[in-house]
Order: sequence, then C-alpha cells, then structure tokens
Amino acid sequence: MINKQVSVFLENKSGRLNEVTRILGDAGINISAFSIADSSDFGVLRMIVPDPDKALSLLKDHLFSVQITPVIILTSPNKPGALSRLLTILSEDNIFIEYIYAFSMNENSAVIVIRPSDIDRCLRVLEERKDELLSKDDKYIL
Amino acid sequence: MIWNETIECATREEMKEIQSVRLAETVQRIYHNVPGYRSKMQKVGLVPSDIQSVDDISKLPFTTKEDLRNHYPFGMFTVPMSEIVRVHASSGTTGRPTVVGYTRKDLNTWAEVVTRTLVMAGVQRNDVVQVAYGYGLFTGGLGIHYGTENLGATVIPISGGNTQKQIQLMQDFGTTVIACTPSYALHLAEVMTDMGISPHDLKLKAGIFGAEPWSENMRKEIEGKLYLKAIDIYGLSEVIGPGVSCECECQTGMHINEDHFIPEIIDPETLQLLAPGELGELVFSTVTKEGIPLLRYRTRDLTRLNYEKCACGRTLVRMEKCKGRSDDMLIIRGVNVFPSQIESILLEMSETEPHYLLIVEREGNLDTLRLLVEVQEQFFSDEIKMLEALRKKITSNIQSTLGVSVDVRLVEPRTIERTAGKAKRVIDNRKL
Repeated sequence: MINKQVSVFLENKSGRLNEVTRILGDAGINISAFSIADSSDFGVLRMIVPDPDKALSLLKDHLFSVQITPVIILTSPNKPGALSRLLTILSEDNIFIEYIYAFSMNENSAVIVIRPSDIDRCLRVLEERKDELLSKDDKYIL
Repeated sequence: MIWNETIECATREEMKEIQSVRLAETVQRIYHNVPGYRSKMQKVGLVPSDIQSVDDISKLPFTTKEDLRNHYPFGMFTVPMSEIVRVHASSGTTGRPTVVGYTRKDLNTWAEVVTRTLVMAGVQRNDVVQVAYGYGLFTGGLGIHYGTENLGATVIPISGGNTQKQIQLMQDFGTTVIACTPSYALHLAEVMTDMGISPHDLKLKAGIFGAEPWSENMRKEIEGKLYLKAIDIYGLSEVIGPGVSCECECQTGMHINEDHFIPEIIDPETLQLLAPGELGELVFSTVTKEGIPLLRYRTRDLTRLNYEKCACGRTLVRMEKCKGRSDDMLIIRGVNVFPSQIESILLEMSETEPHYLLIVEREGNLDTLRLLVEVQEQFFSDEIKMLEALRKKITSNIQSTLGVSVDVRLVEPRTIERTAGKAKRVIDNRKL
C-alpha cells in the first residue's frame, strides 16, 4: 500500500543525522526504517515513522527542509530470490524505481520500501500480478 | 619617453583651461541631444550656460550605472546610430549589460589614451605586446590592441585563456610586454614552472595588469616570478575602457588622462565633493567622447587623488590603487559580479526569496566563487538526482549570465547567518 515517507535534507556534516534522531526521540516518535542517500556534500534522509505528519511538523519547527513522499511498502518473504521475483515483475512492466531500501523483520519476512517513478501504476501492477508473487507458501503483503 | 608631452606635462592652469572649454562644450551637446540628461538638469534648474569652467562641475547632477540600465541599450547615446561604429558591453546589476557606443573619433581618442598609458609603462615601438585580455564585448582586449597599434609596437592578439599556448608564443615570438589580469599573470608564472620554462628564457620586461583589484604584495610576487615591471592600469567601459589611467615606471599612482576624463572624489554618503587627498568615491566626467559622454559618472571605486607633479615629469593627476567599492560589486577574475545578479537568477528558478551566501576566496592565484544556497521547500526534492540537477542548473545559469564559474553548494535552511533579520550576502576572504 501507499505510505507516507518523511524525507529530510541534510548536509554532510557531523551531528546532523543525530539532530534529527534526537528531535524525534525526544518526541517519542519511533523510526521504523530509514535510509540515507548521499552526494558529495549533502544527503537525503528517508524515514518510515508511525506518525509521519507529526514528524513533519516537528522537523519543520526545527527549520529542516522536510517533505512527505509517497512510497510503497510491502512485506516479502525473507529468503533468497524473493526480491528478485518482485523486481522481475516490475521490470517486465517497465516500472522504474527511483530508489528502494529494505530490512529484515525476522527470520520469515522482510520489509521493502519502493519509490517508483509512477506510484499508481506500480501499485496497479503489483495488485494485478499478486498471484505470481504468491507462489508456494510465500506471502507478499502489500 | 612621454607620448603627448604638451598634455601630460601641462601646468595645472593649462589643464584647467582645457578641461573647462571641453566641459562647457560637452554640457551643451548633451543638453541638446539626450532628453534624459536635459530633464535631469532642468530638475535642478540648470541651463548649459551655467557651466563655464571646471569649477562649476559640482553643480551637475550625477550619472549612475542605473541610468545606463534604465536607458538600455542605446538611450544614453548622444549621436545617431549611423555615427556609432562599435559597441562594447559589461555586465550590469540585474543581468542587463551596460552598453557603450563609440564613434570613429571616440575610437581614436581611446587609442590615444591607451598609447599614452603604454608609453607610461615603458613600452616602445620595437616592443612585442601580447594582449591576453579577452577580446569581444569586454573592452580589455580591443582597447589595449588599438593602443598598441597606434603606438607602432607589434601586437599579438591572442585574447584570454589557452595558457600553454600563451607561454609558447611568448617564447617563439619574443614577447616583451604582457597585458592581462594580475591573477592571470601569476597563473602564467605557475604554468611556466610546470612547463619547465624559466622567465629568464623569455624577454618580458613589463606587464600591463588591470581589470581587477590587486595589492602591492601581489605586485612583488608577480615581479619576482616573471622578472618584469608590473604596471597597474585602470579603466571602465562606461568611461572608455582601459586607459582611463595608468601607472608610469615610478609606480606611485595611476596618471589619469584628465584632459579627457575629469576626476572628482566625493563622499559616497553625502555626495559632497572631498578635498584633494581625501579617500572617497571616484567620479568621472568625460569631456571628449561623442558616442556616450557621461557627466559625473559614479564609478563606485574608492580612491584618493594626488595633484603633485610626478618624478617622471608628468603633471597628470594620479589616483591610488582602488581601496574598495562603495557598492557590493565583486570583481572575480576580471568579471564584475553583483550579488543582486545571483539573487535574480535564483529568483527566476524558485519564485520565492532565496537565501544564499557568496564566498570569495583566492586559491593559489585565482579567485574562486562559492555559492551556498539554502534548500528551502521550493528547492527540496526527495531525490538526489533532482537536487544534483538543481545544483547544475544554478551553476550553468550563473555561468551563462555572468560569465564566471561558481562552485554551488546546497545547504540546510538557516545555515546562513542573518543579522537583524537581513541575511549577509557576501564574504570576501581574499587578502588583497
């Protein structure tokens, strides 16, 4: 399904990431997942949090450049070949991925965050081809 | 040697007489040909006959770069376009260039004053002058070029850049005089070392350096590295281009060609005339130009005037090296840059007020310009490639508008210090 991801602009300077995590921690906001994309002198912090709107306004109050970006989050089996099966479907349907990050939740499942170029079409494709993903006893949950 | 001894060594009284006659004539001509000037004079209740001598000059209203911009491109010209044989332009405050036009007589005047300045620097007919100022809309290249031809010396019109070739030709053609910006002179020295060429292998005896501010320390460095006499030349396109003033071999101030360009020093705040020797803003009235004569044009350069006779024998008034500016213009590698130009480029891209900071450094011998831009919401994208594209776009827009390369850094909001709500726009770390 489509989720709200919180994206924050950060300069590549020590302490900047910690400033964000401190602000969220003090407000009792847990970070479920995050990744950082960086260039030579700046980066973008991307986070999945339980209350993205609150995180957004909190970080804005602290004068960060921050925005909500729609992403697709899905749960996939935590085993070899699972990610490949997903990506094969997307590439067959010419869905471009701007960025993607993932983490293991436990021995059985992993969470994948996808920012496709066309989010609605991506979601449609995943819905339509759900059966191909759900082979054997694997479970992909959109 | 002195090119025009009658003028360059005239007594103060003789010079004042020449200036007075020419000033009165110029005021008449401008009043009757340029509506903008006429209404300016009428506003302060002046008629041309009020200006009889150079002592009346302070009655005249000032002219500014703003006036030129408001009458872009040719509105300040005094003659029909059929009389204009060339135009030059320099960068203006908001992207519109400042345009100047020359009649055939103006080009002759220009060549004459440049020839005088070259002779001041010790250049003679048998010299080989390599002109490494840019040729084109910028006045530097063509200005020195025609002055050199007028003198009868040999000109190598190589224009700017292409450093290795510059050095190659210096060697092959036996260049004796190099004309370029002082920072480029130091760059030449560095590249020479890299190429394994010693200045002793060359015949350089003088350098005509201008178009950007430079210090006495830089002079020592250039003279030590290139084994030549480093001469400071001054000019601005609005007045004529290079050749407004220049040092003689005594290197004790730049002799102003004051029979053509009458200087005054004013207080930039009160606009009152200051006494000789006081530091203030340099103002010029051009009294022989036909294409675009300017009365009391505010250069924004801060300097002092010295009316003492020089050890070289010349009596032409001398101006000190410029001490700074009375506006926020920066000169980066010879290019005029106003922070407001950067601002309007950013505004075009974002529609909301951008926060930025320009940092000027001298790295090695070249000026570098770094631009910090705060990534406010209007600029922010979640994707690195969009941010990189934004940075490239800012860089290329500035490059194409201002003609100067810039290192753009995207920074977090509120990184740039604000004092009393107003952001500081420029940090100049150059030690001049």
